[in-house]
Amino acid sequence: MIRTEHVRKVFGAVVALDDLNLEVRPGEIFGLLGPNGAGKSTTVGVLTTRVKPTEGRAWIGEFDVWHRGVDVKRLIGVVPQRPNLDFALTAREILTFHGAYFGLPSAERRRRADSLLEQFKLTDRATQRVDGFSGGMMQRLSIARAMMHDPQVLFLDEPSAGLDPQTRLMLIEMIRAYNARGKTILLTTHNMEEADALCHRLAIVDHGKVIALGTPQELKQSIPGGFVVRVQVSEIGDGLLDALRTLQGVSEVRETSDGQIDIYANHGGTLVPEVVAAVSTAGATLRDLHISEPSLENLFLHHTGRSLRE
Amino acid sequence: MNLKTFLAMLARDAHVARRNFVQLAFQTLLQPMMFTFIFGRVMTESGLMPPQYKSLLLPGIIALSMIMTGTWAVTMPLIAEFQFTKEIEDRLLAPMNLEWLAVEKVVSGMIQALISGLVVIPMAWLVMGGVSLGDAHIGLFIAIALLVAALSASLGLALGCSVGQQQVGLMFSMVMAPMIFFGCTYYPWAALAKFPIMKRIVLINPLVYASEGFRSALAPNTPHLPKLAILGALVGFDLAFFVLGLRQFKKKAIS
Repeated sequence: MIRTEHVRKVFGAVVALDDLNLEVRPGEIFGLLGPNGAGKSTTVGVLTTRVKPTEGRAWIGEFDVWHRGVDVKRLIGVVPQRPNLDFALTAREILTFHGAYFGLPSAERRRRADSLLEQFKLTDRATQRVDGFSGGMMQRLSIARAMMHDPQVLFLDEPSAGLDPQTRLMLIEMIRAYNARGKTILLTTHNMEEADALCHRLAIVDHGKVIALGTPQELKQSIPGGFVVRVQVSEIGDGLLDALRTLQGVSEVRETSDGQIDIYANHGGTLVPEVVAAVSTAGATLRDLHISEPSLENLFLHHTGRSLRE
Repeated sequence: MNLKTFLAMLARDAHVARRNFVQLAFQTLLQPMMFTFIFGRVMTESGLMPPQYKSLLLPGIIALSMIMTGTWAVTMPLIAEFQFTKEIEDRLLAPMNLEWLAVEKVVSGMIQALISGLVVIPMAWLVMGGVSLGDAHIGLFIAIALLVAALSASLGLALGCSVGQQQVGLMFSMVMAPMIFFGCTYYPWAALAKFPIMKRIVLINPLVYASEGFRSALAPNTPHLPKLAILGALVGFDLAFFVLGLRQFKKKAIS
């Protein structure tokens, strides 16, 4: 349903996308997970006709995004990262005019607008202009607007950023319900729990490239061991690293750029006494130790050496 | 082009303009009205200006009001929608080639400029206590009105897609104010005979052709530029501003 081939986008001296290849199947909830500046929004821009790729091609359904823009726009609905609601209109008018841009007849526009306002709990605000709306209300209205013309593919750029937990849950339900009607959804996020809970498949992007792709489960299992024990010690010597590598269940040991050691293993807590012993045998002092359970965060760390939150 | 989408966008602009009608009217018509009253009524009735001055002033006031209204109606929303509220994005994603959205903005600005022209004529006529328009040429007047409306809206498109949010004040003092004062609105171009250099330089000002154009149509007996030169210049400026505006619009719409 969504496909990109060798997409590259350069803004001046900055390479935002670097040979990006993606394929999203019809009816899938697909997540782009990555830190800020990874190229997620640029990817959404390329797929929604707003960013012209420097190289490469992209398709929505059978239509080349760059050459068949109008056909593509009929198939997609877009929820932007920053609300871009029409400040000159009321909430209901935002929906009905959006429907009109897509050629819906007037009775159908009113029917859909009322139903979406109800669904997104905005009926009592229908006749108000949106400049007084809270962030959560604007976000809900943005999603309602994107669903107004019933698009086959829904793009949501960081849909839950800045939302309270209750609205976030409501949003997840709405996305699932829309997907249950056979619609394809592509969302971007830097929230791993959300990606884990919602997405059928995920691409982890960093520096404009896909660095890992699969179901959340597959991705988590792809990290050697699954658990990560991060230790900080007074001094790191080759002897210590080798000793840690020989511990049972340890698949990989890496020194991080900020002078810590990441130990990838198939168990967590039970490894701690052995790590402590190895450190003291090597003549170093243990300063800090942290255990992470298998997660997409660890996966990101494994592939990039950086935390998603950095 | 997708006509339904185009008309829906025009309906949206009409809806917003209707809602802000009073504010828009004051914004664009109050100043020309005060000028009309002072120069057309106070100065003529006090005997400082001859009564014939009214026939010179009315065409200039129409040109000025139309240019101000049309330019304002396109420029200000474009600056806000592209740079601040981003609300134009929803329309950029509508199923229509985005060039047509620029055309829609121009058509919407033209309609507002024409309405302003229609309102200002009887108002100025009343404020000045009647103006003799015996020899007015209606066909030419309609042609000039359409070209001036297109000029105002195309200029609005070009400015609205080129000027930054912080430069709006500067745009008015550096572009609009000189355009108004050197636009032959309050005097005919022929009156610049004693200022040969200025007389040449003001010819780069599109408002000159708008004022002189209305003068040639409404008060053909007063001095004015040759009709062909006026029509040619207006068509040229319309095209130049539209092409420039469209280029800037596409730059803003697609990164």
